[in-house]
Amino acid sequence: MTVLVLVEVDGAEPADASARALTLARGLGDVSAVVFGPGGFGAAAPTIGAATDVYLVDPAITGGYAPAAWARTLAGLIAETGATAVLAAGTDRGNEVLAHLGAITGLPMAANCVAVTPGGDGTYRLTRHRWAGLLLEDAILEAPVALFTVATDAIAPDVPAETPAAMVHDYKSELTEGDLAVRAEESAAGGGGVSLATARVVVGGGRGVGGPDGFAPLEELAELLGGVVGVSRVVTSEGWRPHRQQVGQTGTKITPALYLACGISGAIQHVAGCAGAKHIIAINTDPGAPILSHADYAVIGDLHQIVPELVAALRAR
Amino acid sequence: MDILVCVKRVPTVGGKILLTEDGQQVDTRMSGFTISPHEECAVEEAVQLTERLGGSVSVLTLGTEIAIEQLRDALALGAGRAVLLDTGGSRPPGPPRETDGQEWGPIATASAIAAEVREHGYDLVLFGNEASDTGDYQVGIRVAHELGWPVATGIKDISVADGRLVARREYRGVAEAYTLPLPAVVTVKEGINLPRYPSLPGRLRAKRTQIERVPVTWQAEGLRKEQLRVPESVKHQAEILGSVPDLVRVLDELGVL
Repeated sequence: MTVLVLVEVDGAEPADASARALTLARGLGDVSAVVFGPGGFGAAAPTIGAATDVYLVDPAITGGYAPAAWARTLAGLIAETGATAVLAAGTDRGNEVLAHLGAITGLPMAANCVAVTPGGDGTYRLTRHRWAGLLLEDAILEAPVALFTVATDAIAPDVPAETPAAMVHDYKSELTEGDLAVRAEESAAGGGGVSLATARVVVGGGRGVGGPDGFAPLEELAELLGGVVGVSRVVTSEGWRPHRQQVGQTGTKITPALYLACGISGAIQHVAGCAGAKHIIAINTDPGAPILSHADYAVIGDLHQIVPELVAALRAR
Repeated sequence: MDILVCVKRVPTVGGKILLTEDGQQVDTRMSGFTISPHEECAVEEAVQLTERLGGSVSVLTLGTEIAIEQLRDALALGAGRAVLLDTGGSRPPGPPRETDGQEWGPIATASAIAAEVREHGYDLVLFGNEASDTGDYQVGIRVAHELGWPVATGIKDISVADGRLVARREYRGVAEAYTLPLPAVVTVKEGINLPRYPSLPGRLRAKRTQIERVPVTWQAEGLRKEQLRVPESVKHQAEILGSVPDLVRVLDELGVL
């Protein structure tokens, strides 16, 4: 059974979220990875995610990211390979492309799955996130071709050792003008630097930071740790920081090795965004703050004293 | 420019989400109801666009008459017209239940919304990027395909000129701009604007506005919920560190230094 996986790449590697999708996909059949550009990726293709086949789609054909065109390409590959399932990471792009594929083909799509078991009779038993992962839904998917996206912060990416090289195919998809009507014109964003979604360390700031002027020590700490600053919803709705720094259900879901939550009480919508962190350390004046029941360690005290002390201690090392 | 905003009634969740005993729905006995933050921003964006460009804002939801509460909230913020795609006719006899509208899947929901859009004609249909409860990420895209309209999702900035809409978002540190001919479907994210609070005259107008009701019929689809669960508790109590040097030691142990 062939399972197609839309793989987003980071340099010569599958992006972290795609590595998680590949991990789930390997339990469903022989993986055929589908990669849209970038040019030069070809050399890394044979080893991607333990796939048996890799389909490289020339980015010139779709003119960069064009969600409907990417979906049409996957529809063509379903026909060509006889795939029984198509997976993508539950990223903005993955969910978007698979929703287009669902709309083009009339197939249902299950978003943000954390487990999928084939039923053997063309059905799948699956568990997926609801409420951004605060709840789980057990469901049955019955469809001629199953469409899944995989939650970006649940399954740990697993890289199998020593796998045979994949067959690499250059795939030319047949697209209509309509498929290409909507596409991204890309340019460097204002933020630059390390992205919140993929940062190894995130230093979080919440209401306890006190105002827009309180973030400098957090920025300094983040820089020392090679990470970035993330914030809670109150911080962005007060206009203290731009919305793109928000961690949570309606912001970014993060998966760092360490989340250092400073002055954040831990509303469940925020926890939905940081639950994928490997370790959480809270700095909070309130020993009863909800964040403490999600944290591995906590320092009880005022972040305005502790963060500068920590910065000084790290600088002294 | 005539804009339709689609919203969904969902429970207001605070400290913890509780489920009903049968595991079929969120226990809402202690909670109020709202729409998702993305959708609040969609309503605000529609109002701002018509303030700049003229036109009208209609708001739509799919559910039973209970969901009229959310339509009136949007009317109070500046929408002028409200449509209830009324699922009440296709439910078991008895009083309306919270689940009556929620049990609709994304395919059936999209097809009911597309029918309403065809009937009335709009220049722009706005959604929140995803509903906060089901998080299906697909109704807007399915509506666009049914209508043969262009669509952009996850949008944090909209500008309109010369019959074209430019929608912007950021993805993995790269800014993306999409140019869509109108009519179009756009799903937006929180952060595109800061929604206003309802005014008193707005609330009064909302109360008086007639809600248009369109009966719709439920259809089965391939993804079927069996039950909801609260994830296995990973909850624990944090180990308290007494000093900054202890914190440095832990950071070292965790390998982040």
